[in-house]
Amino acid sequence: MRTDLHGNVQIALAVILGVLVSASLVTRLLGWLKPDMALDEIRSRVRSWWIIAGLFGMALVLERGWALFFFAWVSYLALKEYLSLIPTRRADRRVLLWAYMAIPLQYLWIGMEWYGMFVVFVPVFLFLAIPARMVLIGDTKGFLRAAGTLHWGAMITIFSIGHLAYLLVLPSTVNPNGAGPGLVLFLVVLTQLNDVSQFMWGKAVGRARVMPTVSPNKTWGGLLGGMATTVALALACYRALTPLALHEAVAAGVMISVFGFVGDVVISAVKRDLGVKDCGALLPGHGGILDRLDSLTFTAPLFFHFVFYLYA
Amino acid sequence: MMTTLLRQAFFWLLVRPFLLVVVGMHVRHRERLPSRGPAILVANHNSHLDTMALMTLLPPRLLGITHPVAAADYFLANRIRAWFALKIIGIIPIERTGRVAARDPLADVSRALERGEIVIVFPEGSRGEPEELTTFKKGVAHLAKRHPDVPVVPVFMHGLGKSLPKDDWLPVPFFVDVFVGDAMHGSHDHNAFTKAMSERVRALACEGKFPSWD
Repeated sequence: MRTDLHGNVQIALAVILGVLVSASLVTRLLGWLKPDMALDEIRSRVRSWWIIAGLFGMALVLERGWALFFFAWVSYLALKEYLSLIPTRRADRRVLLWAYMAIPLQYLWIGMEWYGMFVVFVPVFLFLAIPARMVLIGDTKGFLRAAGTLHWGAMITIFSIGHLAYLLVLPSTVNPNGAGPGLVLFLVVLTQLNDVSQFMWGKAVGRARVMPTVSPNKTWGGLLGGMATTVALALACYRALTPLALHEAVAAGVMISVFGFVGDVVISAVKRDLGVKDCGALLPGHGGILDRLDSLTFTAPLFFHFVFYLYA
Repeated sequence: MMTTLLRQAFFWLLVRPFLLVVVGMHVRHRERLPSRGPAILVANHNSHLDTMALMTLLPPRLLGITHPVAAADYFLANRIRAWFALKIIGIIPIERTGRVAARDPLADVSRALERGEIVIVFPEGSRGEPEELTTFKKGVAHLAKRHPDVPVVPVFMHGLGKSLPKDDWLPVPFFVDVFVGDAMHGSHDHNAFTKAMSERVRALACEGKFPSWD
């Protein structure tokens, strides 16, 4: 357990717990009052909020080393899921192992707070190491596709998700209001809330589709309603959890809303490309981690560099 | 006693954490797995991990009575491997060389089933060579005919062959899918039973959608 958790972060965690309990109660109540209402989608969303909130809450209260281990494990599960979903070449088994080995190294840089290494390791060194290792194997058929898909996965699952961990270890000189945990909480809550409110606004007022070929459920009504909700929540809690000024909080809210949406549809597009989405029922177990983290893979690096540029 | 302890330690400290935590397995129709012996588990075979995976999926209390049927020529090739295969994994060795056996090659397996134990058989006979498929395939049909009350449970696994293929020693994590089929019972017609069994495993394979790997 970490002992330096800021009071504001503790209050925010308590509020989240309260919201989740009421969400569960409301769905339970709706199930009794209107038994014919279709609640499955809402129920599964509430369940996945509990899981996300539980896991991230745990990561925030854990001691730094354990928290980093937690995020590294998330990267590992996400990369494993990605590599199990994409076509890979048998010849590249050892190259895949290199990608796995990049995870502990990347989190080591984060633990050392070695920013320069953190920010070039996957985009530069791993980018070069993958084709270098592959060329030693010597199989040229499908070379570019294999190198490209592997590095893309490493960027999404190691580099992007790693930003959550680096956000967590930012010192209180960057953020006097709750340090790293405050920023992580702000980002994760806003990203998740944005997903939910886009879904709800889409059900309520959604008409025109934003991108029918990728994600037919996404509507302009949902996108704009979600953005308004997210900006409102950003304004409600930026003072408590972040060092941001008012106009910066608005910008962060818009950014998280727009790019949360983009991350969501990008992962949808990838799954459609792989033919996973067209199966009707998604393979259970596959589509766990990446589905949960889709928006965060975009919002985490963007929000991190937004804060880092302004305050670090 | 000592080997029982080593066997339990091997599975609890090494095999189960590796397969359940590091690799990760997703099982469809887990309820179709046998909850007690005797039973015959048949599965497709691509990796040394296949046996470990099936032994991990069964309830842990059945570990003591579960025995993979394995080729004597390979697993008893030297003393260390033989000790490990017999004592730790608990294999029932079987002759797969084509010569006419002086004694019934399935006798030990039959005896295990009569004791109420669970045997694991890979009807392909080997992790790769298709030429060894036929002889072994009929073996399950013979067993099932001799023990008509013993359920034969077909299983299809995907991912372990990618994690640890035949010609490699270095495991690379891939998610594993396991599909369990409905139990079958022996019939008099060996060919028909064998065909039905392989069709069930193939049907299970169609439940999943797997990316190419070449």
